[in-house]
Amino acid sequence: MDPAMSDADRIIAEKTWLVIPLFNEAAVVGDVIRYARETFPHVVCVDDGSTDDSAQAARRAGAHVVHHPINLGQGASLQTGLRYALTDPGAEYFVTFDSDGQHRVEDALDMVRRLATEPLDIVVGSRFLDDRTKPGAIKRLVLKAAVVFQNVTSGVRLTDAHNGLRALSRQAASSIRVTQNRMAHASEIVNEIGRLKLRYAEQPVHIIYTDYSRSKGQSVWNSVNIVSDLIFK
Amino acid sequence: MDANQILIKVVLITVFAVLGLVILLPRRGARGMAIRRLTLLLVMVSAVIAVIFPNLTNAVASVLGVGRGTDLLLYGLIVVFLGFAVTSSAHNRRLDRQITDLARQIALTEAPTAQDGRTPTEDVNPA
Ligand SMILES: Nc1nc2c(ncn2[C@@H]2O[C@H](COP(=O)(O)OP(=O)(O)O)[C@@H](O)[C@H]2O)c(=O)[nH]1
Ligand SMILES: [Mg+2]
Repeated sequence: MDPAMSDADRIIAEKTWLVIPLFNEAAVVGDVIRYARETFPHVVCVDDGSTDDSAQAARRAGAHVVHHPINLGQGASLQTGLRYALTDPGAEYFVTFDSDGQHRVEDALDMVRRLATEPLDIVVGSRFLDDRTKPGAIKRLVLKAAVVFQNVTSGVRLTDAHNGLRALSRQAASSIRVTQNRMAHASEIVNEIGRLKLRYAEQPVHIIYTDYSRSKGQSVWNSVNIVSDLIFK
Repeated sequence: MDANQILIKVVLITVFAVLGLVILLPRRGARGMAIRRLTLLLVMVSAVIAVIFPNLTNAVASVLGVGRGTDLLLYGLIVVFLGFAVTSSAHNRRLDRQITDLARQIALTEAPTAQDGRTPTEDVNPA
């Protein structure tokens, strides 16, 4: 663990599980987990039928690895990872975190700290509360459109509908049901916040867009698939 | 637009609207399966009748305001095909869900338990 951490943070981190969906990120996942574990010792990676060495890299870095026998998608992996982490009775906080190095551990810690000190069930990251994050123009437009659609359909007011960095209390993690296997799960989680009347807050986060993440990340075409998954469920 | 084509348009639009409803409210259980099977049976019986009495399709077509029997067959084919696409995609979504549950169960069964990650001293409150 990071020796510079305060005792209070250490206690919080000890009760936290990082839930990381993993699909073919062998190049980066080892470093991502090693760095994250300096703060959060408990990490579960849901390897979703990766065809590279992702799973070994994750295990070597000290993560628990759960294997889906076939590729089910990011949403299905989050649900599996949450189910897994919930079996640890000492777990109180659950963070959904990307394996491609786009999320900052500092942001995750800030979010868990809020769960520990404020009356909240879930803290959702937002790229748009400040202007540190720089997605491309089209991606920005699509994300904004998703936010408007999301706010209208769920009644939950958020500024960023598809941010993968979230911190959940035990209550939130055990009551939210993710049935959307692929990328529509992000909207589904927001709908669940509304349906379950969870106490939510947003936290400004910085998403790191590197050439690696841009080359692998979601194409904006996927917004069409997300809308169709949400309508024809 | 030909006035006597109104009838076929009404028929087609109604059928498409019903298909749309089927997409939005996928029907489960015995009733849904029975309806799908009856529809298939109806299609087959009509096909047999059309083979035995080829002139009948022309007659029905002109009643509905469609030019020829072959046009009517084409419309019918489109309707049946869309119906098939709709019901099978609803079916596939259901299968997807079941496979997900199954795969998740396998994944969790085969994984070591989460508590193993804690050394005994770290175990805050063993429930
Ligand atoms: N388990 C699983 N994870 C996935 C899948 N696709 C992407 N991921 C992971 O989800 C995270 C975010 O994916 P990414 O494609 O970078 O999406 P973006 O950052 O939202 O553009 C990364 O940790 C990926 O490894 C998948 O099919 N299954
Ligand atoms: Mg990414």
